[in-house]
Amino acid sequence: MQQFDPAVITHNLSAIGAGLATTLGTWIAGVVLGLAIGFAIALLQLFCGRWVRAVLRAYIELFRGTPFLVQLFLLYYGGPSFGLTLEPLTAGILGLGLYGSAYFAEAFRSGFRAVPPGHLEAASCLGMSRWQIVLRIQIPQMFVLIVPAIVNLIIVLSKETAVLSIVTVPELTFVLTGIGSATFAFVETLLALCVCYLLLVELASRAGLWAEARLTRFLV
Amino acid sequence: MFSMTVFVQGIPLLLQAAVATIGISLAGLVIGFFVAIGVCSARLSPSRAWRAAGGAYVFFFRGVPMLVQLLLVYYLLPFVGINVPPLVAAISTVSLCSASYIAEILRGGFLSIPPGQIEAARMLGLPPLDTLRRILVPQAFRLTLPSLVNEMVLLIKASSLISVVGIAEVTRTAQNIAASTYRPLEAYVAAGLIYFVICGALSLLAHAAEARLQYA
Repeated sequence: MQQFDPAVITHNLSAIGAGLATTLGTWIAGVVLGLAIGFAIALLQLFCGRWVRAVLRAYIELFRGTPFLVQLFLLYYGGPSFGLTLEPLTAGILGLGLYGSAYFAEAFRSGFRAVPPGHLEAASCLGMSRWQIVLRIQIPQMFVLIVPAIVNLIIVLSKETAVLSIVTVPELTFVLTGIGSATFAFVETLLALCVCYLLLVELASRAGLWAEARLTRFLV
Repeated sequence: MFSMTVFVQGIPLLLQAAVATIGISLAGLVIGFFVAIGVCSARLSPSRAWRAAGGAYVFFFRGVPMLVQLLLVYYLLPFVGINVPPLVAAISTVSLCSASYIAEILRGGFLSIPPGQIEAARMLGLPPLDTLRRILVPQAFRLTLPSLVNEMVLLIKASSLISVVGIAEVTRTAQNIAASTYRPLEAYVAAGLIYFVICGALSLLAHAAEARLQYA
């Protein structure tokens, strides 16, 4: 059994840093994409008729009922069959965004449902138009109500970025397991990997708690 | 174009693999449940050291992606001289990981039982073990059952990751089909369908259980 050798980590700091940057980048890009698509879905569900809603429902159920890894394989390896050839990084971000969008859409929808109906009635009694009600009553209240759920989903997505290593996105897990296989220093690399993710998740949760406290400060 | 033949021929193979997926997830849920009882007791224990240990367990297993945990078990155990077959590594990872989530579910369940009931039981002279068995566990079980079924759905999906260590569950089998037919689209659509059916059935079960237990 070889000695524990921290030099494996310290000598590869720049590669590990690049991996960490890719993890952060894919995570943030995936979250932004997921939030945008999820919000669009929730709005369409609010406005559109039965058929559009059924299609959106099917989209959400499909993405929530299948593993992220299978979705990623479908996008990355199955994509070329219908003319969609993507770089690993693009496929990773798109996959993360689509996967996240289904969960975000559900969070937004439950937020819209949680806005008290009395507020909507009061707004329409005051003569506000449908759009005014959506923009001034429904969306602002919905956002505040779902902050905890959104924060939680964003943290879950940070851990899902590890799965992107399987389709060769050069993020943290990919870089560190690569170094591990090349040097047989599995203990050092895997420990470093755990420390990185624990720090990432812990910092993200602290930031989330801070954002929650700040955004919901006027709620009693 | 989408080849219906590959898709249809893949289904029986994937159904066989689904047995492995369900088996590993179920084993993970059951073993994880028992580990979780220990972790949850530690977290609710009066001793500060036990609480810290339980907290550290949950912190680690919820803070590290399951893929990384799987690599840890798979690479580190042989390194310290314990040789485990991939299947054992997979089931242990799934169990240890699910235990951290189930422990939190159970903790929520136990904490939502009014403390007045425990005081009343003590007043009536009920021994602590009987209080646990007849008052706390039945109520906590009813409160947490929907979450536990939901956890099973999460495990079914998370178990796709163990394809990485070469176990022939649904995702791995789909990879094999894709490799031998050069038709990844059909293989992964079929795999997705299998997962979707399993998860959908479990969700329906969760709704049924919830509806039933509300009147119990």
